[in-house]
Amino acid sequence: MTSVLAPLPVLLPLLGAAAALLTSGHPRSQRILSIAVLTAVLAVSVTLLLIADADGATSVAVGGWPVPLGIVLVVDRLSALMLVVASTVALGVLVFAVGQGAADGQEDTPLSIFHPTFLVLVAGVSNAFLAGDLFNLYVGFEILLMASYVLLTLGGTAPRIRGGITYVIVSLTSSLVFLAAIGLVYAATGTVNMADLAVRLGELPEGTQVLLQSMLLIAFGIKAAVFPLSAWLPDSYPTAPAPVTAVFAGLLTKVGVYAIIRTQTLLFPDGALDDLLMWAALATMLVGILGAVAQTDLRRLLSFTLVSHIGYMVFGIALGTTAGLAGAVFYVAHHIAIQTTLFLVAGLVERQGGTTSVDKLGGLARRSPLLAVLFFVPAMNLAGIPPLSGFIGKLGLLHAGVAEGSSMAMALVVGGVVTSLLTLLAIARVWTRAFWRPPTQAPADDTAAAAAADAGSGGGSTPDGGPSGNGGPSPDGDGTGSPFQAAWRRHTRVATAAEPDLPPAAASTRALRPLPATMVAATAGLAAVTVALTGLAGPLYGIADRAAEDLLDRTPYISTVLGPEETP
Amino acid sequence: MTPTVVLPVIIGGLYAAGVYLLLDRSLTRVLLGFLLMGNATNLLVLSAGGPAGLAPILGYSEPEEMSDPLPQALILTAIVITFGVSAFVLAMIHRSWRLVHQEVVGTDEEDRRVAARSATDADELDPDELDPADRAAGHADSLHTPEADDLGADDVDLPAVTGAR
Repeated sequence: MTSVLAPLPVLLPLLGAAAALLTSGHPRSQRILSIAVLTAVLAVSVTLLLIADADGATSVAVGGWPVPLGIVLVVDRLSALMLVVASTVALGVLVFAVGQGAADGQEDTPLSIFHPTFLVLVAGVSNAFLAGDLFNLYVGFEILLMASYVLLTLGGTAPRIRGGITYVIVSLTSSLVFLAAIGLVYAATGTVNMADLAVRLGELPEGTQVLLQSMLLIAFGIKAAVFPLSAWLPDSYPTAPAPVTAVFAGLLTKVGVYAIIRTQTLLFPDGALDDLLMWAALATMLVGILGAVAQTDLRRLLSFTLVSHIGYMVFGIALGTTAGLAGAVFYVAHHIAIQTTLFLVAGLVERQGGTTSVDKLGGLARRSPLLAVLFFVPAMNLAGIPPLSGFIGKLGLLHAGVAEGSSMAMALVVGGVVTSLLTLLAIARVWTRAFWRPPTQAPADDTAAAAAADAGSGGGSTPDGGPSGNGGPSPDGDGTGSPFQAAWRRHTRVATAAEPDLPPAAASTRALRPLPATMVAATAGLAAVTVALTGLAGPLYGIADRAAEDLLDRTPYISTVLGPEETP
Repeated sequence: MTPTVVLPVIIGGLYAAGVYLLLDRSLTRVLLGFLLMGNATNLLVLSAGGPAGLAPILGYSEPEEMSDPLPQALILTAIVITFGVSAFVLAMIHRSWRLVHQEVVGTDEEDRRVAARSATDADELDPDELDPADRAAGHADSLHTPEADDLGADDVDLPAVTGAR
């Protein structure tokens, strides 16, 4: 049963991507196809999770090669849980993107590359979660990164190219570090199979182990945006279209966190670098959230909270206890859903208010109460207000930290509480300014400032302005003039509409601009998932707990892959 | 077989040159640096396979004389990935050139503004009172501010920035 199901989360999106590319001339069938594929992936993932939770881990030797040599896919509780959460948010984001495309009149001229690339991204994420050997993990990373390069630079506008260059080069560097680490691991042990490595790495001299461990940690740390390797993230994520930013924020960094969990527990159980990880976790939490407090752009603020909350997961990993790991696993699941939802809400805010700059927004709660609720509930969840799932995850981690009892763990507990409070502060500032204050209190902006802010916050929520205005550079160098003129006109229009001196009738025309139902429904669906995580916290935490026990025990994973006789 | 010193020296040299080029502002050189580092990594994986031997084909050579085929398979995959990524980066460099007549890493205006601030006290830096340009969170505007355009390229052989505003 599992041997048939396990490759499907990778295979289905890849085949779906090919089919979506073929049907790019028929936008409707393309949309139906990609939604159907992701629904199927979600169903398969849920089945895998139920099987894995009931019967324990299973492994599939793809291609039928004997185990330490061939490619192995391993489904255990951790990877199955990650698959379920990942495919849920991917489906939600895809529906949001379909709604956005329909609302922006792209029915006839869709960006035909979006759906195939999105499916490839999902395939890469699934492959990374299922990979049973280091090199397959690398391939999974490369698949998802390659798709993410394309998605981040969709439309090829100047801000996206600028952000994309940072992102691509940083990702390439981390991939090279990872590949070099794989080469060194192979040189030292003669295998890249993770279960095999778990047996053999322990026989190496301690210095070699620490070298390999730190190289892998650097590679994954860049991908997971752990301070001090996190500076690239707030620089590149906010420029992408809203659904792309949402799926990146939810999934890509968590794949890095997953890789850290896997390698730290399975390959290097000694915890030689746990102290270093604790420092990194503390710095990630505090530096990230201080950055968030200083931001006035909603998307950049959310990007900084994303970095900050990675620190909680690293904290749980560094503790190395069952309670700590269970907290980290639960927090990853919670954070994938919550961060994706919040970025989708930011996309809706941009549509409704014309900007994501908190200083220029105002009165959203009155204009769109539904949007206000959609922001408020996940935002409070992010800050960890009881009884929501963010509170449960943080409580579990802090409890694990207190139980561990070392002074460093206590410092991290304090840091975690401070970070939680500062998150609340940052979120409350957004709430009071963008949603709560009357629109008349929003400052009157000159058009230039509005233009700068709008261009900075991603140049609109659609991949527009891209190919239209770049008919080759003309000799006097104004070949790029027309898109900026078009953008200028758009900003002027927005800024004029935001002018508080206008008569109420003019101001209310913007308030009446309806949000597309599909986009709202997708966001509401994901918000409901985050609330459901609270209701299902009991069973979910149970799975996380059992996953953590498996991780620390290591025997289930190794004996599943290599057979019972090889277990140390 | 004796270990060779040539391979480690070449790997080290490629890494050094690659890192040097990667730190350049010109994107073409960044790409070249990435390619050099990619090749260095491929050689590293190759050398992980142990001493050279005969082609690993059954019937052609004895198992003791074969070289390890697995690193070669890994390198082949890595080469394909590097190739695809290089093509994408080249396309992005071209796009950047078409957009702003500039193929260097953009100036981070926010960094410069923060560095130029005289006041560092938090209460003197209330975001509400800052210049609107200071508050703008994205950097896209940085490509087109007058200061950024006057900066020019720091590479002598790159053309000066021409307008694009």
